[in-house]
Amino acid sequence: MSGAASRTAAVRVRNLVVGFGAPGTDPVLNGVSFEVAPGECLALVGESGSGKSVTARSLLGLAGENSWVRTDELSLAGTDVRNLTAAQWRHRRGSDVGLVLQDALVSLDPLRPVGREIGDSLRLHTRLGAAARHARVLEVLDRVGLPDSDNAVRKRSGELSGGQRQRALIAAAIALDPPLLIADEPTTALDVTVQAQILDLLASLKRAGTGILLISHDLAVVGRIADRIAVLHDGRIVEQGPANEVLTRPGHPVTRQMLAAIPVDKPRGLRLSPRTAAPVSLAPPASDRAAAPGPVLETTVLEATGLVKRFTRPDGTPHLAVDGVSFRLKRGTTLGIVGESGSGKTTTARLALALTRPDAGEVRVLGQAFSAATEKERRRLRPHLGAVYQDALSSFDPRLSVEQVLRDAVAGGARRTGRGGASVADRARVLSLLDAVGLAQGLLGRRPLSLSGGQRQRVSIARALASDPQILICDEPVSSLDVTVQAQVLDLLDELQRDRGLSLLFISHDLGVIQHVSDQVAVMLEGRIVETGAAAQVFAAPQHPYTQALLGAVPRIGY
Amino acid sequence: MAEVGRGSRVARVVLSRLGGAAFVLWMVATLTFFAVRLIPGDPAEAILGGPGSQTSPEALAAVRAEYGLDQPVFVQYLAQLGRLVTGDLGRSYALNQDVAPLLAGQLGGTLLLAVLALSLAWLLALGLATWSTRGGRVAWYVGSGLEIVAAALPHFWLATALIVLFSVWLGWLPPISSAGAAGLVLPVLTLAVPLAGFLGQIMRESLLTALESPFVLSARARGESERGVRWVHVIRHASLPAISLSGWAFGSLLSGAVVVETIFARPGLGRTLLNAVTVRDVPVVVGAVLIVAVGYILMTLLTDLAQRIVDPRLRAR
Repeated sequence: MSGAASRTAAVRVRNLVVGFGAPGTDPVLNGVSFEVAPGECLALVGESGSGKSVTARSLLGLAGENSWVRTDELSLAGTDVRNLTAAQWRHRRGSDVGLVLQDALVSLDPLRPVGREIGDSLRLHTRLGAAARHARVLEVLDRVGLPDSDNAVRKRSGELSGGQRQRALIAAAIALDPPLLIADEPTTALDVTVQAQILDLLASLKRAGTGILLISHDLAVVGRIADRIAVLHDGRIVEQGPANEVLTRPGHPVTRQMLAAIPVDKPRGLRLSPRTAAPVSLAPPASDRAAAPGPVLETTVLEATGLVKRFTRPDGTPHLAVDGVSFRLKRGTTLGIVGESGSGKTTTARLALALTRPDAGEVRVLGQAFSAATEKERRRLRPHLGAVYQDALSSFDPRLSVEQVLRDAVAGGARRTGRGGASVADRARVLSLLDAVGLAQGLLGRRPLSLSGGQRQRVSIARALASDPQILICDEPVSSLDVTVQAQVLDLLDELQRDRGLSLLFISHDLGVIQHVSDQVAVMLEGRIVETGAAAQVFAAPQHPYTQALLGAVPRIGY
Repeated sequence: MAEVGRGSRVARVVLSRLGGAAFVLWMVATLTFFAVRLIPGDPAEAILGGPGSQTSPEALAAVRAEYGLDQPVFVQYLAQLGRLVTGDLGRSYALNQDVAPLLAGQLGGTLLLAVLALSLAWLLALGLATWSTRGGRVAWYVGSGLEIVAAALPHFWLATALIVLFSVWLGWLPPISSAGAAGLVLPVLTLAVPLAGFLGQIMRESLLTALESPFVLSARARGESERGVRWVHVIRHASLPAISLSGWAFGSLLSGAVVVETIFARPGLGRTLLNAVTVRDVPVVVGAVLIVAVGYILMTLLTDLAQRIVDPRLRAR
């Protein structure tokens, strides 16, 4: 930014070192320097654990308990804030810098109306009376595109939609018009269309003169509004420069890896992550499987016809979650189902797994009745279906080790977990499963809580493969992962599919991911499939306006 | 339209609650009626002064006829239910008094004791939990240690210890519960301290969870002070589990009152119940049990209401 030096920087930090524990030991941030000018957006991009959030909190003087901070310079709006007292810091927070966190549902007090939360900034920093504060709150809400048409002020975060509450959270952060807004993964929990709206809102704040420090793991997202990008890796900034340069001519391997990991517009089968050790195929020869006869590619392994599922909302009104959904999954292919939250994707997955009984319609597995069968009959077919869920952690018993989780799965629920008694063959199978998902044997004794997000999802894939299924149903398998880890998991699924001839039902809210993994695509909206067809066709020439809107909202590197 | 829907939903909730309460009271009345029949011995003998006293067959027969004891059990049961519905708890065998006014006179003292103990327990628990989450590692261990010790103290031991300390050694307070505020201090303390330890443990857990939530970071980033964070945000979240336990706690205070009122020779429901059990004064026992059940039900309704006030998310259901 040419004018940046002449004006007072919203924030300037030089050689920031932060650590936890004994002062001077094991810093998590090691010499971070940057500045953000008014009206400028600097994106701080890095994987989880790179130190992004610690940076954000250190700028607010909220690095946390047991932390130590050392820096050659730290100034907010031109004021040196290195030696502030607690009371002086409180005076700065909110007026010199605002913070927006990821999930507004819990980042706004869920027990209080959002109007009160927004008004708090005014209560703490101004002498306005209640009526004047209320008027200002309405003004700010209007600025963030949440006019008080349906009494948003009086609603709690849980009563607003994801986009509305994120706007309210931003309103609370900018109520005093601070020169700097720190947004820490502000759109990560949102659907793509809402994400695009929130990014547009941040861009408009930027144009109005607010300096924005945007923190994200996703280069494609920040590419939309960042003027400059700084890439953080292991507590250091490894690359910093104008956004279009970093995105088009990345200088550091970490940046290149992050760019390669973005799945949008990458053809199916193209690797997103650097190659690691090749997985060892452990699938038995295809002839051993209980496969239905027929030409390999044309066999339908999973078929849903006219599925309907009604729920009753807590207030007693009926709700059609799934409304006449039909699809066919062909052997060895991937059917991607894409839709935003509340579109009925997860209910569809549960219906396909016969975990929920449909009100109408039927699910057939390998040509045999599945949803219409009794659970006893279904149990014979269940080994052919594997399932991978979004939140791997909560799908494990936290007291079981990785080995116990996999042994249980290998035993197919035939007996309860015991420390002894498992056969040598089971042990060998567990090891080969671990190998297939690219995990080291050393992880066998670990518990799920001590694994990283990517490792956990690999374990849950290994568990899904234990019964050697033909069909894998993946419900948002990569949604809670960083882009680079997501790339590794997507590559793993692709390899497994090719090695084993797996058929994948892949459910996601992320159109970029769906585009990369799918042969066939179904777009869901309000319980219905509004568009379906070959992936290449749907993405090249979307017919339904909703598909077009979704495609338009996907963040891309646009340089 | 929506308002009508909301109104009828509230009405449905209230009606189902009242129905549930009536069912519980009916069950309590039935169980106590039949449990009392299982006590060995002749109720008519109990009326005439207990099993030891020499009574003539004529006197026994007269008493049986007077109290309806010569009727079949089922008829007696229905008659008792009929009396209960009209609020008639019958007549005490031992005291020769109507049970309803007798118990009504004792109720106030016990309620005062229980309410004061519950309030004090809340204050102690909140103070201890707050202090132990603010004061660093040492305060944490001291706080949680105190809570565990307090929660483990039996009433009879604590009462005795307090009497020895404050009445015998220091001479500050009367060992026997006299009228007036001074006489209330030791009984209230005896009931409140173990409950405070229990509530404090729960409150500290939820206090910590709330302190670590993102909305607290948001509030701090807005410039909220430590005190503001606690009073505006955290305390509501932290008190929710403790509120839901207070209904149960109130019931346990009523049973604790039996011990405490006896030790401090304080008139009240607890002591009356204990005396009635010793002399097999069946109508008094049944009446006291029913009153405790009503208290329990009312307290559960109150805690539900309090939860809905503190946590507006519950109101939607």
